[in-house]
Amino acid sequence: MKFEDEPVPGFQLPILPGHSSPGRLERVLRAGRFAVTAEIAPPDSADPDDVYLRARIFDGYVDAINATDGSGAHCHMSSVGVCSLLTREGYATIMQVSCRDKNRIAMQGDILGGAAMGVANVLCLTGDGVQAGDHPEAKPVFDYDCMSLLENVRMMRDQGQFRSGRKLTATPKLFAGAAANPFVPPADFRVERLAKKIAAGAQFVQTQYCFDIEMLRAFMEQVRERGLHEKVFILVGVGPLASANAARWIRAHVPGVHIPDEIIDRLAGAQKPKLEGRKICVEMIQQIREIEGVHGVHVMAFRQEEAVAEIIDASGVLDGRIPWHPHRDTVTEEQRAVS
Amino acid sequence: MYAVRRWAVRHARGLEMFYAGFERVLLFLEPVIRRIGYKRLERPVAWVEKKTKGFLFDCKMCGQCALSRTGMSCPMNCPKQLRNGPCGGVRPNGNCEVKPDMKCVWVEAAEGAKRMKAGSTIQIVDEPVDRRLEGSSSWLRVVWLKTEDKRKAEQEDAA
Repeated sequence: MKFEDEPVPGFQLPILPGHSSPGRLERVLRAGRFAVTAEIAPPDSADPDDVYLRARIFDGYVDAINATDGSGAHCHMSSVGVCSLLTREGYATIMQVSCRDKNRIAMQGDILGGAAMGVANVLCLTGDGVQAGDHPEAKPVFDYDCMSLLENVRMMRDQGQFRSGRKLTATPKLFAGAAANPFVPPADFRVERLAKKIAAGAQFVQTQYCFDIEMLRAFMEQVRERGLHEKVFILVGVGPLASANAARWIRAHVPGVHIPDEIIDRLAGAQKPKLEGRKICVEMIQQIREIEGVHGVHVMAFRQEEAVAEIIDASGVLDGRIPWHPHRDTVTEEQRAVS
Repeated sequence: MYAVRRWAVRHARGLEMFYAGFERVLLFLEPVIRRIGYKRLERPVAWVEKKTKGFLFDCKMCGQCALSRTGMSCPMNCPKQLRNGPCGGVRPNGNCEVKPDMKCVWVEAAEGAKRMKAGSTIQIVDEPVDRRLEGSSSWLRVVWLKTEDKRKAEQEDAA
């Protein structure tokens, strides 16, 4: 999808009235299209090509790429670093910011830095506990929670100031996002918490992995009852499971992931579990799409990133739309000079 | 103590009423507190507060008590110290992601809030913690803030 008013395709778009960011994701969502985002696996390396190669496999299938911030409390290249590389090429990024590792001084700095590099979307997260990762002996920071972080993003963008009240000379033009997990207790409080996040400034949410469509339907019903789907864009998390064993391991070790037994049984009974996992993912996306109030999907294909294109293709959710990517239109020297 | 803490959540309504009365007494005594001096009272009051709230709620003396907005479940007992929980890592049995044997303090908070008269305050986005207040008395701070608010309101009315 290419917009008429982009100076150089992929680079910062003009901000339309009613929009808060120059990004493609906000454009796609506000245009009423079903959005697709995907999570990039940040490398354990200092080689920029490792980032570009991992991004390239999503070309033409996603509207924005999530750069995770030490997901699962594991150490990887930072989300700021990944975003700085990707925005250089014009990729639309969602910079994840987790409260686990940084205090308010560091996070506000990263938000300004990210926005300056061309990041148009931030995802405000509390973050997994350090016990889940490869450095369980680390000091958990948690100076803020995701709610305070959301408020802070809005404060910097709309009031043009830091939490301290000190003025910014240029504000970060951001589309603010948060996470939601409808699949863990307390079920009746989850919608409440989504409402709180909206009150704190969330404009879009990306959910935890959905493997239980009935739970999602029940959650979305509560969302619609309160009219929240009109106040926030909801992207439901999906992903392929590699095998029954992998699913069991995720269920036991990754905080907050709910996988029903039926899914595990289906994988265990399949001759080619990997293919079955992808099939389940495609079916899930198609069912999710039918739910009123869902605005897109967020694909987290951990260690199966190469499958994202085929899954999105098979699900048919893009309706023939090809999200822009840096290798689609070659930029001429003149265009680059103008921008 | 964990068992007492959970008892407190189950009796959130009663504790809410008790605290409302206690706060009224403190506000009534404010002129006396002012005469003795907030500064001079800080240490002894903080000591009493630490002992009583420590026993009842495993209070961590953050100095900006949220109990009345969190169903009498102290959010500082959350390993992530969330002031707006619960996070997305709650286990299927309602226990904590970080401490598997502990009930999530925010699952408790949601239950406690349902029992309280002013339980809906749990829906308000809470401020991030001011780390400078750690160890200080929340009671004295509340009395000070409420009295100042009242004074300001009266001054505005007079003007």
